[in-house]
Amino acid sequence: MQDSGNKSMIELRFHGRGGQGAKTAAQLLVEAALKEGKFIQAFPEYGPERTGAPVKAFARISSEAILTYQPILNPDYLVVIDPTLLVNPSVTEGTTENTILIINSDSPEDEIMARVPHFKGKIYPINASGIAFEKIKMDKSNVPMLGALAKVSKVVSIACLKEAVYSHFISKSKELGEANVSALEEAYSKVNA
Amino acid sequence: MQKKALTGAGASAEAMRQINPDVVAAYPITPQTPIMETFAKFVNDGKVSTELIRVESEHSAMSAVIGASSAGARAMTATSSVGLALMFEVVNAASGMRLPITMPVVNRALSSPINIHCDHSDTMACRDAGWIQLYSENAQEAYDNMFLAQKLSEHPEILLPTMIMQDGFITSHSVEPVEVLDDETAKSFIGSYNPEHSLLLSKKPVTFGALQLFDYFFETKRQQELAMDNVWRFYYSIADELTQLTGRQYPLAEPYHTEDAEVILVALNSAASTIKAVVNKLRKQGKKAGLLKIRLFRPFPYSEVSQHLQKVKSVGVFDRSYSFGANSPLLSEIISSLFGLEQAPKVQGYIFGLGGRDLLEADIEKAFEELFQGKTSFEKKYLGLRG
Repeated sequence: MQDSGNKSMIELRFHGRGGQGAKTAAQLLVEAALKEGKFIQAFPEYGPERTGAPVKAFARISSEAILTYQPILNPDYLVVIDPTLLVNPSVTEGTTENTILIINSDSPEDEIMARVPHFKGKIYPINASGIAFEKIKMDKSNVPMLGALAKVSKVVSIACLKEAVYSHFISKSKELGEANVSALEEAYSKVNA
Repeated sequence: MQKKALTGAGASAEAMRQINPDVVAAYPITPQTPIMETFAKFVNDGKVSTELIRVESEHSAMSAVIGASSAGARAMTATSSVGLALMFEVVNAASGMRLPITMPVVNRALSSPINIHCDHSDTMACRDAGWIQLYSENAQEAYDNMFLAQKLSEHPEILLPTMIMQDGFITSHSVEPVEVLDDETAKSFIGSYNPEHSLLLSKKPVTFGALQLFDYFFETKRQQELAMDNVWRFYYSIADELTQLTGRQYPLAEPYHTEDAEVILVALNSAASTIKAVVNKLRKQGKKAGLLKIRLFRPFPYSEVSQHLQKVKSVGVFDRSYSFGANSPLLSEIISSLFGLEQAPKVQGYIFGLGGRDLLEADIEKAFEELFQGKTSFEKKYLGLRG
């Protein structure tokens, strides 16, 4: 299991397509971190807003006040919700051997590695779409991705994340709230970290 | 006080909920829309007693709040960019009629080319419209400034409208921790609004928006300027009262490591925050970097700015808008602030971030580096510009 170490600020970049919930994922993550008393920031990159277009969302979590507003250029964690985006060079831009990639995929690590030979960091695949189909009955994989992220990164506790996810989806329906929490927990326990 | 995860737009809407204005006129425009969307939900859920008027344009939005405010109501609207431009005629009417309207403005570039992202060309185009202008570094300030604005505007010796700025998307759509006052505390700070004159006070009939030609117009405008001067007299008592509740300070121009600085950058809104991050980095390397953040742009705090900048060697001024063919708006004010000093610092203007171009820490470091080397000129310099 990777540890966030003593670095005071953790920077995360989410990649997905419009409608897949990259922005929501970044927001839920920092809401959970705020519950733990951390300083937080989450913001999406807005282009022309179209369903299916590649989108980025950024999150910072820190033990100190966050001042910078520049986009995240060198992410500590890269969360790829749509695996077809991985080959897009802008996704892995600014990564180093210390970057950790969490990707929605049922392929093994070495197969993913072969698709991005220039990426030098560690890769954690999680079949988030599979989990989403099973628990939420549709491909809403942003929440299970957060479950995997929580386990791998330990940037937030799964308990706080559960609270944030539940209170977000309960405003839509009780079923959706419970299904998302269940998907979150499933990914947390399934990811090989 | 409670710490919430809010966007800048959410923070403005939260302040509006607590202020509970009598009348709000709503017309959508990116990136302001989430303020009104959130506020409309509060209206729908019965969280406020506001009458929300959905109007057909920004010109109508400002006209509606002018009507409401003249009738003695606490009235608000919100806008961005070309929405503010469309309002311009009546924006001036609001200040001329001495109506204490408050309006969050989420900064966005003006057309053309059409662009939805941040720069300050919209509110800078209104800097001479007779409104008080407060700029906000982050979501917290977007929230706090709403309360300062309401008290300033409604002060019987001021009675001027206020715009409260925040950067489009960068602040308006970024989730941050925001300390929110308890509803009761917020309510008692704001107090009730009982104007001395209004259209509905039939025992004291008055005219709003009269015709004045060469007989009285000039005197009326002079009174408007005197009202602006009164902002200096009452600002700090209002700000100190808010500090009692929040523990935060609200200087007109906020110094950040300026005491012993060799180079000071001057900026508005979110750029000030990113510059603070760079100042911290440079200070760790032993470099004497500083920042002066301007909160109040109208009226402009010339003497405070001059005090903070007079001992420094070089000043870099960051403008997120042009004044085509002239010094950019903030640069022009900084040069005026320093005029007449015996040993005025050298000043370099930088244009950055137009139409939402990212301001990178590396750009800011580059500007600091040039200024540490004493490189200043009368030419406009650019950060993040290609070619």
